[in-house]
Amino acid sequence: MSFVSSVGRWRDSLWIEWRIALRFLADNPLQTLLISVAISVGAAVIVFITALMTGLQDNVINRTLGTQAHIRIEATRQHNNFSATADGKYIWALESPRAQRLQTINNWQEVRDVLDQHPALNIVSPLISGPAFAQKGNARASVALMGIDPERYAGIIELEEYLQEGRFSVGASDVLIGRKLAEDLGLRTGDKLRLDAGDNRQTVMDVAGVFELGVRELDSRYVYTDLKQAQTLLNLPGGVTILELKIDDVFSAEYWAQRITQLTGLHVQSWMESNGQLLNALRSQTMTTQMIRVFVALSVAFGIASVLAVSVVQRTREIGILRAMGSTQQQILRVFLLQGGLLGLAGSLLGVMVGYTLVQVFNNIEGRLFLIRLEPSMLLSAIAIATAAGVVAAMVPARRAAKYDPAVAIRYV
Amino acid sequence: MSKAQPQTLNDTADSQVVLQLDKLNKIFNAETPLQNHVLHDISLQVRRGELVALVGTSGSGKSTLLNLMGLLDTASSGELRIQGHLTQGMTEQQRTQLRSESIGFVFQFHHLISAFSVLDNVLMPLMLRYGKPSAEQQQYAEYLLNQVGLASFIHQPTNRISGGQQQRVAIARSLVTRPSLVLADEPTGNLDTQAADEVFSLFERFNVEHQCAIVIVTHDPRLSERCPRTIRLTDGHIVYDGASVDLPSLY
Repeated sequence: MSFVSSVGRWRDSLWIEWRIALRFLADNPLQTLLISVAISVGAAVIVFITALMTGLQDNVINRTLGTQAHIRIEATRQHNNFSATADGKYIWALESPRAQRLQTINNWQEVRDVLDQHPALNIVSPLISGPAFAQKGNARASVALMGIDPERYAGIIELEEYLQEGRFSVGASDVLIGRKLAEDLGLRTGDKLRLDAGDNRQTVMDVAGVFELGVRELDSRYVYTDLKQAQTLLNLPGGVTILELKIDDVFSAEYWAQRITQLTGLHVQSWMESNGQLLNALRSQTMTTQMIRVFVALSVAFGIASVLAVSVVQRTREIGILRAMGSTQQQILRVFLLQGGLLGLAGSLLGVMVGYTLVQVFNNIEGRLFLIRLEPSMLLSAIAIATAAGVVAAMVPARRAAKYDPAVAIRYV
Repeated sequence: MSKAQPQTLNDTADSQVVLQLDKLNKIFNAETPLQNHVLHDISLQVRRGELVALVGTSGSGKSTLLNLMGLLDTASSGELRIQGHLTQGMTEQQRTQLRSESIGFVFQFHHLISAFSVLDNVLMPLMLRYGKPSAEQQQYAEYLLNQVGLASFIHQPTNRISGGQQQRVAIARSLVTRPSLVLADEPTGNLDTQAADEVFSLFERFNVEHQCAIVIVTHDPRLSERCPRTIRLTDGHIVYDGASVDLPSLY
């Protein structure tokens, strides 16, 4: 039995219920119109606020993740080892924590190759990052030296797009620096910059370009060069300190971080862990939105329920007649459930259109901060939920109508 | 539950008996201070094709008796059979089915459903049972409306026609399922004399043509005299059941 034919059969079997429900609604146009408008206002609010919050959060996440990896893999952190003790014996130790010197990820090429093969992990980009001083004349600034593989790194941060002047070139003697650093040291494209990584490892580089990521901390500290140059300066020949990853579903970062930890035993951190505050804010925002939606939906549902409760009283006598004419209690029940569903459907169709219009208006406001996208699936689910809520809301009045004693109902004036 | 099953027509000795009441009692608010014993040991039979007037003063229990006969209400004790089916112990669904198969109703205030047209009101009992009406059912409804003189009103909403016309629609509706029993509760109660006569004539005609039993509650002695048989209720007791011509006048 196909779905279409079973829907058709269902509709045929409810033919008279449909007919009565529609007639009852049409018979009291003002009431039907008023409650439909109320439902549509509720549905419009739900659609708009959901779209707005989704848009806002997407925007915040995109901005945050635009300048950082989803997952960072670092070498296992160093810790003190204690010698084994005899069974049943414990050591009380006064421990000084170990200094975390710059260290390479062991066999990082192999780790990279293994992770490369996983379809869910889009980009695996090796990075060597360490502290250095940048110097021009007498001016000095502490910087983070970032040795990158430019092709892979483009998948993490599209540096070329943030480039404000000069050309995208790292390696040999070329570096890219942030806008803030350029201002602090009075540097322009083509100028020379001395980099000092300590222990007499120094070099003079050419500023090939200036970028602006929009994050002050990064713009004042990041100095990009290629892997080889950075490895030499930081005295880690052939090594990298970080593997950066991007994935499709940003919210699965934590899951992948844990899997990679299990796989490699390395120190893995997801953006969700390092941006705990942001995530918290997003979560509480989502919860607030959810609460608003639930309360609006509840008030819509109670609106439907109260209108139908009134309608059941108004139609007491007609219900009695229908029962005397041979309708079953179930038929009466279904007539009112259908009315609830139809009100929910009609109101939400209208509401979704209003919500859609609101979103378009918002998107066309001049100087808007971000664009709201409306997913068709969200509109459909709003309609489906409102219709279902209508049926559920009709439950109480419908049961009451079905339980009417026909002998009493028929005499109701 | 064996009692709950509708029994076959052969259960009764006489298949001509449409309605049989045996010591039927109805007590409202039983075993409370408001207890009201409305009907006392009502026993009667109505046979196929009979036209019966049910008379009595207000509060004598006529409407309650009619509701019991129509399965709109249940008796406190006693037995009620419709076409041989014992109705005591039936589920609500079984009672609804028996009602829609065997009984037609006409009420005092016509009780049409104003949201529907004249034709739809007549078809309502069939639509409730079978869904979308067949061409044949539709033709029969139109035939009945033609018979009650409303052929030209069939697509009108019911609030656009007069009280007498509405009552005629209700009569057509009561007959559309070809019931074996029609119950009419003061069908002429709110009509003027001429309209009342016309409506009553329809009952007489359908009684003969369709051979259905008709029980009419009426206050109007002119009309009850036109019924061959009269049952009089006083304070919930049957005080007279016989030929209308022999009824001692109380009006």
